[in-house]
Amino acid sequence: MADQKVISRQTGVEDTQYKWGFEFDIESEVAPKGLNEGTVRFISAKKKEPDWLLKWRLKAFEHWVDQGDDASPKWAKLNFEDIDFQDIIYYAAPKSSDDAPKSLDDVDPEILEAFDKLGIPLHEQEKLSGVAIDAVLDSVSVATTYQDMLKEAGVIFCPISEAVQKYPDLVQKYLGSVVPYSDNFYATLNSAVFSDGSFCYVPPGVRCPIELMTYFRINEADSGQFERTLIIADEGSYVSYLEGCTAPMRKSHQLHAAVVELVALKDAEIKYSTLQNWYPGDKNGEGGVYNFVTKRGAARGENSKISWTQVETGSAITWKYPSVILQGDNSVGEFYSVALVNNYQQADTGTKMIHIGKNTKSTIIAKGISAGKAQSTYRGQVSILPGADNARNFTQCDSLLIGDECGAHTVPYIEVRNPTAKMGHEATTSKVNDDQLFYLQQRGIDLEESNYMIINGFCRGIFKELPFEFAMEASQLLRVSLEGTVG
Amino acid sequence: MSNFEKLIEIKNLHVSVAETEILKGINLSIGEGEVHAIMGPNGSGKSTLANVIAGRPGYSVTSGDIVYKGDSILKVAPEIRARAGIFLAFQYPVELPGVRTWQFLKAAIDAIRKGNGQEELKIRDFDKLLEEKRQLMEMDPDLVRRSVNEGFSGGEKKRNEILQLALLDPSLALLDETDSGLDIDALRIVSHGVNIFKSPEKSILIVTHYQRILDYITPDYVHVLVDGKIVRSGDSSLAMELEEKGYDWVKDGAGEEVHP
Amino acid sequence: MQETSLILNKYEEDFDSISSNNPKWSSDLRNKAMDTFREIGFPVRRKGNEKWKYTNARPIASVEYSSAKFEKIDSDDIKLIAPWHESWINLLFVNGHYQETFSDNLSTNIQISNMASDDLAVNLTSNVGGIMDYSDDGFAALNTAFMSDGPIITVPEGENSGIVINLIFYNQGLSDTVNYPRVLITTGGNSTVNVIENYVGGSGDQTFTNSVSEIYVGEDATVNHYRLMNETDDTYDVGYGRVRIDTNGTFNSRSFFRGCGIGRYDLNVSIEGENASCDLQGLYFTNGAQHMDNFINIDHVRPNCQSNLFYKGILAGRSRAVFGGTVLVRKEAQKTDSIQSDKNLILSPHAEVDSKPALFIYADDVKCAHGATAGNIDADTVFYMRSRGIDLEAASRLIIYGFAGEIIDTVEIPELRSYLAESFLNSLPSHRFEF
Repeated sequence: MADQKVISRQTGVEDTQYKWGFEFDIESEVAPKGLNEGTVRFISAKKKEPDWLLKWRLKAFEHWVDQGDDASPKWAKLNFEDIDFQDIIYYAAPKSSDDAPKSLDDVDPEILEAFDKLGIPLHEQEKLSGVAIDAVLDSVSVATTYQDMLKEAGVIFCPISEAVQKYPDLVQKYLGSVVPYSDNFYATLNSAVFSDGSFCYVPPGVRCPIELMTYFRINEADSGQFERTLIIADEGSYVSYLEGCTAPMRKSHQLHAAVVELVALKDAEIKYSTLQNWYPGDKNGEGGVYNFVTKRGAARGENSKISWTQVETGSAITWKYPSVILQGDNSVGEFYSVALVNNYQQADTGTKMIHIGKNTKSTIIAKGISAGKAQSTYRGQVSILPGADNARNFTQCDSLLIGDECGAHTVPYIEVRNPTAKMGHEATTSKVNDDQLFYLQQRGIDLEESNYMIINGFCRGIFKELPFEFAMEASQLLRVSLEGTVG
Repeated sequence: MSNFEKLIEIKNLHVSVAETEILKGINLSIGEGEVHAIMGPNGSGKSTLANVIAGRPGYSVTSGDIVYKGDSILKVAPEIRARAGIFLAFQYPVELPGVRTWQFLKAAIDAIRKGNGQEELKIRDFDKLLEEKRQLMEMDPDLVRRSVNEGFSGGEKKRNEILQLALLDPSLALLDETDSGLDIDALRIVSHGVNIFKSPEKSILIVTHYQRILDYITPDYVHVLVDGKIVRSGDSSLAMELEEKGYDWVKDGAGEEVHP
Repeated sequence: MQETSLILNKYEEDFDSISSNNPKWSSDLRNKAMDTFREIGFPVRRKGNEKWKYTNARPIASVEYSSAKFEKIDSDDIKLIAPWHESWINLLFVNGHYQETFSDNLSTNIQISNMASDDLAVNLTSNVGGIMDYSDDGFAALNTAFMSDGPIITVPEGENSGIVINLIFYNQGLSDTVNYPRVLITTGGNSTVNVIENYVGGSGDQTFTNSVSEIYVGEDATVNHYRLMNETDDTYDVGYGRVRIDTNGTFNSRSFFRGCGIGRYDLNVSIEGENASCDLQGLYFTNGAQHMDNFINIDHVRPNCQSNLFYKGILAGRSRAVFGGTVLVRKEAQKTDSIQSDKNLILSPHAEVDSKPALFIYADDVKCAHGATAGNIDADTVFYMRSRGIDLEAASRLIIYGFAGEIIDTVEIPELRSYLAESFLNSLPSHRFEF
């Protein structure tokens, strides 16, 4: 995918680095700009949703209106102009989705071709081996591969809009159970207007035979993307889920406010990996996606485990804190993160580990890399509540600075209310070691490559948590994002 | 003369850690004045044996017994075992930030003396004793003023263990891989300390992977531990043989147990 | 903010009534600060108030305090509750006001004046308020508006006698009163000074101590600053330390907290000269329902400087300790070397510690690290001691004393170190780690 043509026809924005910046010519159906009760009802009606869901959306909308735009969180270390929430398109769908495709053969060939171009082949014969993909274009899911294999294992993996129709009990039981509609400003907005996203249910004792993947793509100009993902791992089950995202290059900012909820019951494990490569804006900070995402997992059952791995290279602004609520005794939470910012990008990202059950354990490894004029902040909370006997946390945050115009910040919040708990936090900030650079250069490797090798090594611990193909792609993303940062 | 036959008798000892059996029926008796060496490959259970004798929490004795000076000690707290004369030189001595070595050693020696119905040692007497042992172990005078083991090199930590052995003067010394990570000079100093301790009233159990330390401290008996069992016992020549032929040699003959 | 408006009226009355008694030279400064206080009030907002995230100022803001008046006391009583030594220069302030008789002046080149004098030379008073920026801080504005007395210590160039200046701020504990100690220390080039600030006293009645200390560390100068806080559980204490360090200057701070109902020490050190350094260490022990908040900021403005921030806490009862440490490295401050650490020992299932050791870094050629730990003692540590014959109680005591001793041992004034070793360590509860 590295040799894609990179000129966006419509915007004329030229960028040699962002290789996913083209847009597709796909006819789409869009809601009028702006947000009011009518918009919420329009989306719900489009999705032919049951009454309970419409009511839930309206409650969220009401809450959103009541608290006003001022309620948007201000504590993050992010500078950006206020978002005009009436200047956003809240629903955009490819035209062909009105009569949803029954199989891949019915999918609009233009969409298949578009995803091909992104390096995500959806064609039966060229499928990414061992990965079932749900492709989401703007607001709707356009295709899900490997359905037969999943069906055989009893795994449900489909667009959430489809799940609402086919498995309403499951959706109603778990939707909003981890991230309530009133959780925070952007989660509330998402609850009111979410359009689509993935739904996954793994039945008791089942180890999902293949990796599940959702590929998100914002295409429509001026549209926001508000997807909602819900994954439930029932007792004793296991699932590994991947998420990738890109957007075309545009001069204006696009809003992405997603919500992801994970539920792991007794002895279940969910591994959630993200490659976030939304359009970061150009060298001068123009354009780029505003990424305000709420991701949270409930390790509800005994011995359950939730692991978040994220590689964040995209977006003009990233605001996300994938968290784990460790409710079950002996439950485990993990957070592995690489956040790379360049040019005028800003990232305020981290995690929350809330220890409630006994013998709960969490690990946080976060690597931040700042270059250009970018600002990167790790913000993480570890709370050990009174009942969490023998809880353990280990946190390590390391930051690398490239050049003297960027910033790297670490803001941990540590709250301990149990004397048997043990928690340790370590953090370092430094630049790429000159001796290491010289050593590599002396062996004949050029400066840029040396720099890449060292930084790739700095991130290796995180990349190895990713499934193999994803790890390769992450390395590649790192290389592209680092281009032009030295010398 | 003591009123028990053997200083310590380990009878068919089975020990598990988190439901995995580590020791699978150990029989071993150590008499007064005897030096025993337990050798074995990594993971054979050597260190477990030393730690279980000292009463380290986290191990469960599933069957068998440890009889020390005529009484079972399985239910005895570690500090009471220490006061009764059992000393463990740790494989990985613990660092005690803020606790000064002087203060720690004084507390230990007084606890042991009090346990044996003796008076606390006067500060002047203690200082004299400590200085004597410090010189024996060729330790930097500054080290006893610093926090216990904090910032000590690997060799300094091991020397500090033997200094404590000399100071606390136990009946039974358990040396858990005391030789590991020592350079030749430190090994000489450590062995010298142990040899001075050695006497007809004192017993020593050396746990080691290598034969090296046995060049300095000659054992009366050598036992080879493989997979939680003593597979071979003999005199000090067994250690030489092991060094030559490696542990695979005894592994082949596993099962034929020879008592000294 | 509106809900405290009644209380603010009380402060208005108080301001009018005491203004005539306060030194004339300070009136401009106090009037300006009062304007700021009127505008911003107390930091009681709970949402989006990062500086006061873990400490609720409302209990302090909701009492109608009036300024405490001076009352002469028997100075021998003070020797029982604060460190004191005949080789030190000891200055006593009762309810914020200077008590003359106690303060046995030894001969020294250091100039010590008290602010209450109306006829102070302009060069002495001109620095008051020069470092403390109260523009967004209600409590600091309050102190500046109401300050009536306190020492002005001026250390001349080259003064290196090593003398100790012991400042005792005694709060007599008169019901619903507030006292406003104010300290200014300026040091000339290549000088050294040792200053101890003691905040002691209180009673079973509700009182409030609101202090500000401004310290200027000159070129090649060293200030060794000690701060002890030991007040009753019915005392609230919000204190500020504002420090500026010039080229090659060194600021060493040791802070010991042993009690008060709600306590907060807001220390801000600005490293404004090259090759300067600061070493800030503290020990807090909270018990009962006490609440202590250490809010420390280090601002690296210039290159080639070092900072060390190391605090330790022991928590018992239902108490709560807060540590907010922030190290800011500005773009120009290349080659900064900074370490920050907060360690906590929690002895009770009802205690809580909230620690926020943050780093904000805008320069790339730096070495910065921070760490925090909280929680239980290692089982191995306890076993090691038991295997040497030491029982659980004794082992636990050694561990707790050792934990506290790490900070106390760094005190370089021998008499103060032994005072702390005795008074602080003896106040620690007996505790038994269970393994």
